[in-house]
Amino acid sequence: MAEKVIAGYSVDVTEEGYLTDRSQWNKEIAVELAKEVGIEELTEDHWKVIDFLQKDFEENGKMPTIRRLKKAGNIPTKELYDLFPDGPLGKAAKIAGLSKPASCV
Amino acid sequence: MKKLLILGAGTAGTMMANHLSKKLNNNEWSITIVDQYEKHYYQPGFLFIPFEIYSEKDVIKKKQDFLPEGVEYIQKKIEIIEPENNRVKLEDQTVINYDVLIVATGSKIVPDEIEGLEDGWRVDIFDFYTIEGSIALRDKLKEWKGGKLVVNIAELPIKCPVAPLEFIFLADWYFTKKGIRKEVEITYAIPLDGAFTKPRASAVLGNLFTEKNIQIVPNFNISHVDAENKKIVSLDGKEVEYDLLVSVPTNMGDELIERSDMGDELNYIPTDKHTLQSKDYENIFVIGDAADIPASKAGSVAHFQAEILTENIISYINNRPLEAKFDGHANCFIESGYNKAFLIDFNYDVEPVEGEFPIAGIGPFSLLKETRLNHLGKMAFKFIYWNMLLKGMPIPAVPPHMKKSGKKI
Repeated sequence: MAEKVIAGYSVDVTEEGYLTDRSQWNKEIAVELAKEVGIEELTEDHWKVIDFLQKDFEENGKMPTIRRLKKAGNIPTKELYDLFPDGPLGKAAKIAGLSKPASCV
Repeated sequence: MKKLLILGAGTAGTMMANHLSKKLNNNEWSITIVDQYEKHYYQPGFLFIPFEIYSEKDVIKKKQDFLPEGVEYIQKKIEIIEPENNRVKLEDQTVINYDVLIVATGSKIVPDEIEGLEDGWRVDIFDFYTIEGSIALRDKLKEWKGGKLVVNIAELPIKCPVAPLEFIFLADWYFTKKGIRKEVEITYAIPLDGAFTKPRASAVLGNLFTEKNIQIVPNFNISHVDAENKKIVSLDGKEVEYDLLVSVPTNMGDELIERSDMGDELNYIPTDKHTLQSKDYENIFVIGDAADIPASKAGSVAHFQAEILTENIISYINNRPLEAKFDGHANCFIESGYNKAFLIDFNYDVEPVEGEFPIAGIGPFSLLKETRLNHLGKMAFKFIYWNMLLKGMPIPAVPPHMKKSGKKI
């Protein structure tokens, strides 16, 4: 774990740059985190995904899957990939201030 | 007479029947357990069957033999749970009214969730999460001369998240012993961003793939299988060719949960991750793979949960608060081939780290370290499972909550 200044805010992050304390997250930080993963501008559609991830994480205490984004969040998988290319869940989670999708090891 | 009903006589349900038959007053409570199948499988043993380390006799016994006397066992399919009416209907329309319900219906692979997977099913596409699959794969491996072996995880969560890693390590060893390792290209295509996702485990295990010459294709979310051209295709158009595909298909909770409208998009039941009480119905509890909680879907988890849940059920029926809290504790061996294994012990808050287990400073097992003794532990576990675990006997020095002593946190 390390401390890092993002958009002028001092936050705690993992070695891979994921926020460890959700209460430190804000939208300005999200914009900077998006640039880190190669997304220059967060559009309304990006925010729809980020909002759903945060809301779902709040309710269920875990990261939703791509299947859940489609079924419960009404976010088509193709759109998800267009918005967050390559590893959409990992990228969107980082921007949303959530933990990286992980296995037990 | 009040009724405690358990649905599912797998690892979790069998353990609950054994715990509760000792704890509940049998003048006030009767216990019934329902499961449609006759056989109990030692599922961790499926991994060893393709490599001829175990055979059918190691992993199959009769469910009835592990259920305590005094518990009524009904071998029938369950049609529906009606939580609003506190009753369950069986396929033959028998109705069972309950006061307390424990759902332990598990999870299973659902190959038809992935388009094209069934086209080459058990021809050049196999699984090792079912008895039929692991036997078919054993027979295939016996005659296979080499080529591209691809192991793919379709989506998460899956039962026993380390099993695909173990499969790969054992395959590497198996082909080496057979003298055809040079003819086999092993590829691991997974939805995560690496084979290891936790910092401490990555630091220790990260080199294994390079050492064993195994390729990784990360961030691979499968879209479909093109069985005709022998390739798997990802949602963003990446392609991986195979000669032999070992698939870990989508895992889902039982269709019963969907029929009863009680589950999420994967048929897992929303459950409090600490008390194991259903979030929607206070007299329903969920244990093992059937729950949606962020713990590993593994037998060790069900074992630790069973001790916690027994306490909470006793509290619930005596109108006391549910004070026992499950901490997400899991304990898993990771077979790495050549008669060696790793051991990991972790919970919701503490990732797998180095140390000694189960006794600090002594062990005898080493955490996050490859040893022969860990392998012997894994092999001894089959005996412990059949003779202690299912019967609800505690394992010496291994309490349900994860111990921090002995760990380098």
